[in-house]
Amino acid sequence: MESKKSIEVRHQDAMCTNESKKSENGFLSNIKYLIVGIVFGTVFVKAEIISWFRIQEMFHLQSFFMYGVIGTAVVVGMLSIWVIKRFNVKTFSGEKISFENKTFNKGQIYGGLIFGIGWAITGACPGPLFAQIGSGFLVVFITFLSAVAGTWIYGKYREQLPH
Amino acid sequence: MLELVKQPWHWAVAGILIGLTVPALLLIGNKKFGISSSLRHVCAICIPANIPFFKYDWKKEMWNLFFVVGVLIGGFLATQFLSNPDAIVVSQTTKTTLAQFGITDYSHLMPMQIFSIENIFTLKGFFFFVVGGFLVGFGTRYAGGCTSGHAIMGLSNLQLPSLIATCCFMAGGFFSANLLMPLIFKLF
Repeated sequence: MESKKSIEVRHQDAMCTNESKKSENGFLSNIKYLIVGIVFGTVFVKAEIISWFRIQEMFHLQSFFMYGVIGTAVVVGMLSIWVIKRFNVKTFSGEKISFENKTFNKGQIYGGLIFGIGWAITGACPGPLFAQIGSGFLVVFITFLSAVAGTWIYGKYREQLPH
Repeated sequence: MLELVKQPWHWAVAGILIGLTVPALLLIGNKKFGISSSLRHVCAICIPANIPFFKYDWKKEMWNLFFVVGVLIGGFLATQFLSNPDAIVVSQTTKTTLAQFGITDYSHLMPMQIFSIENIFTLKGFFFFVVGGFLVGFGTRYAGGCTSGHAIMGLSNLQLPSLIATCCFMAGGFFSANLLMPLIFKLF
C-alpha cells in the first residue's frame, strides 16, 4: 500500500504519468524521440553547452552565455505552452496535451542544492552528460555510472530522507 | 553554409532550439521534457532490487531512453562532422581563476587536465567523476528533476516548485564553484 503522500512525491519525479493512450511500444514509434534527441545533442555540442568551462564561467558570473541560453529556452518554452493551452493544440495523433501541476516538497531545496554542487564539479547536468560521452570524453561514462548509483541510493533511502 | 554551422552557435540559437524541444515532445507524443528520469529508468531496468521507487512499468518510459541515446548520438555526430577546429573561447577572468587551479589546456571543450583517462584512478578522478556524478544523480532525483525538467519545462509551465528548485541548483553551483572547488583543488 502506498500512502497518498508517497504517490504525490512520485508524481513529481518527472514520471510520465499521462503516457499516451495509443500503443507506443516498439522501436519504430520511439524513433521520433531519438531524432529529437539527436538535434538536442547537436545543439549541446555546437553551442559548447557541454563544456565544463562554460559552466565555470556561469558560476563565476564571468559570462552571459549560459544565462542567455537558459533564459531564451525558458521564454520559448513558455510561449509554446501558452499557445498549446490557449488554442487547445492536440498532439500530431490527435490526443489532448495534458499538464500537471507540481507540488512543493523540501526535496526540491535539498536535492536542488546537492545537484547544484555536482553540476559545477562535473560541468554537466544530466543532458550534457550524454552528449559529453558521445563527443568522445569517455571518462564521463564513469560520471554517468556514478549518477545512476546516486539515483539508486536515493531510491533506496528516500523514505528516510526529509521531503 | 557549412562553415557557418561549424562555428560555435550563438546563445540565442541554442536557447531557441532547446526551448523548442518542449513543444516538440508535447506535439509528437504528449511527453514532458525531462532528462534525469532516464537515470531512474536505468535503475528500474538494471537494478530494481525490489525497491518500490524502481518498481513501475518502465517500458512505458522507453521514449525517454531513446531520447537520451539520441543526445549521445547527436554529441557524436556534431563532434565528428561539425566540429570547430579552433580552441574554445573562454572569458579571460575565468581563465585567470582556473589557472590558479592548474587548468590551462583549452584545446578541447573539456579540460584534459581533469577529464582524461589517466585520471580515473586518482583522487582527482574520484572527486570529479565519482563524487560529482553521484551528487548529480542523487540531487536531481531528490529534487524531482534537473535543468530540463525543472528549469526549462517547469518554469515554462509556470510551476513555483520548479522556480524554487532552479534557485537551489544555482545556489549549489555558486557555492561549489566559488568556495568548495578552490579547497578541493588544493588536494591535488
